[in-house]
Amino acid sequence: MKTETRTSLGVGASAPRPDGALKVAGAFAYASDLWLDGMLWGATLRSPHPSAWIRSIDVGPALALPGVFAVLTHEDVPGAKFYGLEHADQPVLAVDQVRYQGEPVAIVAADHPETARRAAAAVVVEYEVRAAVTDARRAALDPACPLVHPGGNVVRHQPVRAGSAGSGAEVVVTGEYEVGMQDQAFLGPEAGLAVPADDGGVDLYVATQWLHVDRDQIAPCLALPEDKVRLTLAGVGGAFGAREDLSMQIHASMLALRTGRPVKIVYGREESFFGHVHRHPAWMRYEHGATADGRLVYVKAEIVLDGGAYCSSSPAVVGNAASLGVGPYEVENVWIDAYAAYTNNPPCGAMRGFGAVQACYAYESQMDRLAAACGLSPVEIRVRNAVSQGSRLATGQVIDSPAPLAAMLGELAAMPLPGPPAYAPSGSRRQGGSGARARGMIGTREEPDPRRLPGGVGRTTRGEGVRRGVGYGVGIKNICFSEGFDDYSTARVRVELLGGEPHALVHTAAAEVGQGLVAVQAQIARTELGVDRVTVAPADTSVGSAGSSSASRQSYVTGGAVKAACEAVRRRLEALAAADPGLSLGELLDRYGPVEETREYRHRPTVPLDPVTGQGDSHTQLALCVHRAVVDVDVELGLVKVVELAAVQDVGRILNPLALEGQIHGGSAQGLGLALLEEIQMRDGRVLNPSFTDYLIPTILDMPPMRLSILENPDPNAPYGLRGAGEPPTLSSTPAVAAAVRAATGLALPRVPIRPEDIALAHTG
Amino acid sequence: MSEETTRYLVTLVVNGVVREAAVPARRLLSDFLRHDLGLTGTHVGCEHGVCGACTVLLDGEPVRSCLTFAVTVDGHEVTTVEGLAGDNELSPVQRAFTECHGLQCGFCTPGFLCAVTAFLRDNPAPTEEEALEAVSGNLCRCTGYQNIIKAVHRAAEIQAETQGRPEDRGGRA
Ligand code: FES
Ligand code: FES
Repeated sequence: MKTETRTSLGVGASAPRPDGALKVAGAFAYASDLWLDGMLWGATLRSPHPSAWIRSIDVGPALALPGVFAVLTHEDVPGAKFYGLEHADQPVLAVDQVRYQGEPVAIVAADHPETARRAAAAVVVEYEVRAAVTDARRAALDPACPLVHPGGNVVRHQPVRAGSAGSGAEVVVTGEYEVGMQDQAFLGPEAGLAVPADDGGVDLYVATQWLHVDRDQIAPCLALPEDKVRLTLAGVGGAFGAREDLSMQIHASMLALRTGRPVKIVYGREESFFGHVHRHPAWMRYEHGATADGRLVYVKAEIVLDGGAYCSSSPAVVGNAASLGVGPYEVENVWIDAYAAYTNNPPCGAMRGFGAVQACYAYESQMDRLAAACGLSPVEIRVRNAVSQGSRLATGQVIDSPAPLAAMLGELAAMPLPGPPAYAPSGSRRQGGSGARARGMIGTREEPDPRRLPGGVGRTTRGEGVRRGVGYGVGIKNICFSEGFDDYSTARVRVELLGGEPHALVHTAAAEVGQGLVAVQAQIARTELGVDRVTVAPADTSVGSAGSSSASRQSYVTGGAVKAACEAVRRRLEALAAADPGLSLGELLDRYGPVEETREYRHRPTVPLDPVTGQGDSHTQLALCVHRAVVDVDVELGLVKVVELAAVQDVGRILNPLALEGQIHGGSAQGLGLALLEEIQMRDGRVLNPSFTDYLIPTILDMPPMRLSILENPDPNAPYGLRGAGEPPTLSSTPAVAAAVRAATGLALPRVPIRPEDIALAHTG
Repeated sequence: MSEETTRYLVTLVVNGVVREAAVPARRLLSDFLRHDLGLTGTHVGCEHGVCGACTVLLDGEPVRSCLTFAVTVDGHEVTTVEGLAGDNELSPVQRAFTECHGLQCGFCTPGFLCAVTAFLRDNPAPTEEEALEAVSGNLCRCTGYQNIIKAVHRAAEIQAETQGRPEDRGGRA
C-alpha cells in the first residue's frame, strides 16, 4: 500500500477551518439558532437576593397564564437535587435558601419566550433576607464569620512549603494585590434545546465545553441512566471556561420531560452574567526576599480567592494558584498559602488561565518592585531568576522539557519598539511638507491624530499630560488537568471509500468552542493517514469522553487520541497491504471495506499536591509566555492607550500557524481587558453592571497591533512535541500592561483592572 | 400563541426576496429575521446596541437590528449575512474572513461582515485608521481583532481584483 501520499493541509499547515465557510455564510447552527416545530421556550426565575431563606413559593399565578405549560421548582426535580463539577453542592433549583443573587428558583415552559419570562416573573416567592457574606478574606480566615455552607467556608486551603521559612535576604519587597472579578463574556449566550425521547430519555443539543461531564451531572438529577441522556454539541459562541459548569441543561431537560415537548432555553445578555461562573477575584499578599544583586532567596505568599456561593472548580483554581504561585522563577525557599472561600458572591470557577492568572499578576508586580529595589531592569531581574529545563518548582516538580525563559525574554527585549508617541515634539513625526498642513489639521505635529492618543476621538488631550511607559510580564501555566485527574480523550477514526475516493471520518466528543480544534483534528488525520478528504463528525456522547475544552488541553489530549486512532487504522491498512502487495489505498478499501478503530489517549499521570507541604509532580506539562506592553497614559484623566503588545511564546510544535496566532491574539486581548477594563462590579453581593454597556470588553480601538514570535522547542512527552497554547498569553499580558502603566505614571497600582480614577485621583489628589 | 395580540403586517425585501409576516408592534427586527423568517444568521449578543453582532444592511446601510422595530422598516430592503454571497461563491469580505482566520467562534462574524461590506463599498481602499474605525462598533471576544483587520484589507484587495465581476460584490441584493 502506498501511504506516502503527501497531503497538503496536514499538521503544520494553516489549514482552513472546516466550519469557516458555514460561519461566514450565516449557516452555522449555534445553540441559540435551534428550532423545532412545536417547541416550547423555557425561562428561569432567579433570586434577587444574595442570601435569603425561602419561606414559600407559589407557582399558581404563573400556571394560570395562557400559554404556560409547566412551572417547576425543587420539588419537581426527579432525582438528585444537587450537582457540581467537583462537589455536588449546587441545587438544580433552590430548595430552602438562596446563596447568591441570580440563583435559579423556578423554571417555566411556555409557547413564546415573552410569555415564559412573564410567567417566571409571576411566580411568588417569599424570602427572608439574611446578611450576605461578601468578604472572601473574612470568610476564609475569620472563624467568627457566618457560614455559607454548613461544612465551613474554606473550599480548599493548599499550602506549599519548600526550603526554610526564609531569612538572609538583603533586599525585601512586599505588596498586597487585588484582581477584580472578570467575566468570560463570550458573545453567544447560553442556549440549548432539550427533546424528549420515546425511550423516556432526553436528547439535549447544547453549547458546552465537556459533553460527558455535563451528562454525568444531568442524568442523576433527572433520575435517568446515563444512556438515556444523550448530548450533541450545538454551535458554541465562545466559552473561555464559562461553559464548563452547567447552566440550562438540567432545567430544559426537566421541562421537556414534564411537558413531552421540545424545550429551548436561551439566556439574554443580562441573564448570562448570572448564568455562569466568573473568574475568581483575588486578594494576595506577597513578600519576596533577594540578594542585593537580585537573586531570589525566598517567596512568601498568601492568596485568597473568592469562590462565591458554590464550589464549581475552585479546588483546581487553588491548586494552580498554589503550585504556580511564585511564577517561572528559581527560588529555594517558598511559603505559600492559597485559599478559596465560599461567600454569597456569584459562584466563580473556570476562566482561561484560572488560578495562574491571578497569581501571575501579583508575582510579576513583585518582580518589578524587586527590580526597582535592586536597581535592575525588569528584564534583567527576570532573566537572573528564570527557570529552565531541569529547574525545580516550589512543589518539587522538575521541569523536564524545554523552558527557555531567559532566551524568550532576550528575544522580546530585542524586538523593535513602536515609533515615538503621537504627541512627541519631534520633527520626525512630520509627514510630508509641513507647509501643506494648516494648523489644527488632523495628523500634523501641532495637532496629533486623536485616534492615536488616550481618549481617542473624545479629543480629551492633544498630548499634554500624556506619558509613555513600557512593561514586561512573564507567565507559566499548567497544560491539561493536573493533580492526579484521569485526563483522557477518545477518538474513533474510520477510513472508507466515498465516491470512489479514500475518506477519513474522525469522531470525538471534543467541543469546538471557536479555538479551531475541528481543523486540527482533520490535519492530524491527513498527516497520519495520508488521506486528503477528512470529515470531523459532530461531537456527541455516542463516542467516549474527550474531556473538557479547557486547560489548553484539546490539541494535546484529543489530538493525541486522534493520532493514536489513526495509527491503529494505519497499522491495519498496512497489514492488509502486506498481505496484498501492490494495491493502492483505494483498492485496499475497495477490497476489504472500511477500517475503523477507536482509541483512548492519556497524558502522563500526575499526582495530587501533598495537603500539608504542597509537594508533588502535579502537572504534566508547563507552558511559558512573555509579553511586553507599550502604553500612552493621560495621567490627568487616567486614560490609557495601549500602543503595542509584543509576545514570545514557546508552543513546542506549531500545528496550525494561523489558528495558533489567533489564540495568542485573543488570549492577549483578554489579559489586556483584565488589566484595564473588565470587572464585574459588586456591592453587598449584588452585580452592578450585568450588560455590555457597563461591563467593558476591549474593542478594536483598545487592542493594539501585536508583534509575535512563536518558538518551537518540542516537549518529547506530548503528541508532535506540542505544548498547549490557549491560556499562557492570557496570564502575561495583564501584568505587562499594568507594569507599563506604572512605568508611565510612577504609581503603585496594586489592583486590576486599573480604573481611570486610580491614576487621575492619585495625580490630582 | 399567548403573545400580545394586535399584529401588523410587515413586508420587507430580504436578500432580494419579498418576505412578510404579521407581528406585534414591538417585534425587533432581529427577532423578526430570526424567529418570524427563520434567518438565524443574524446574531444577538447583547440586545442593546453595543456588540454589533446583529448588524444588517438596511437599504445598504448598516443598522443594529436589535435596536430597530420591524414595523418601522416596513417596505424597505434588508440584507443579512445570508444574502452577502453570490450564487455560487462567497463575497470578497466573506472570503477574506475565512482566508485570514478572521473568526474563531464566529458569533460576531455576521455583524462584522455586514459592516465591512457596506464600508468597503463606500471606501474601497481604506487606510489603516479608517479600517479600524469602521469596525470599532463591533465586539469580538475571540480573535483580539488582529486577523479581522487583516481581513478588512484583504477583502479590499479581493474586491479590487475582482472588479468588473458584479456577482462578487455582495452587499446589495
Ligand atoms: S445584539 Fe444588537 S448590538 Fe448587540
Ligand atoms: S469570533 Fe468569537 S466573538 Fe468574534
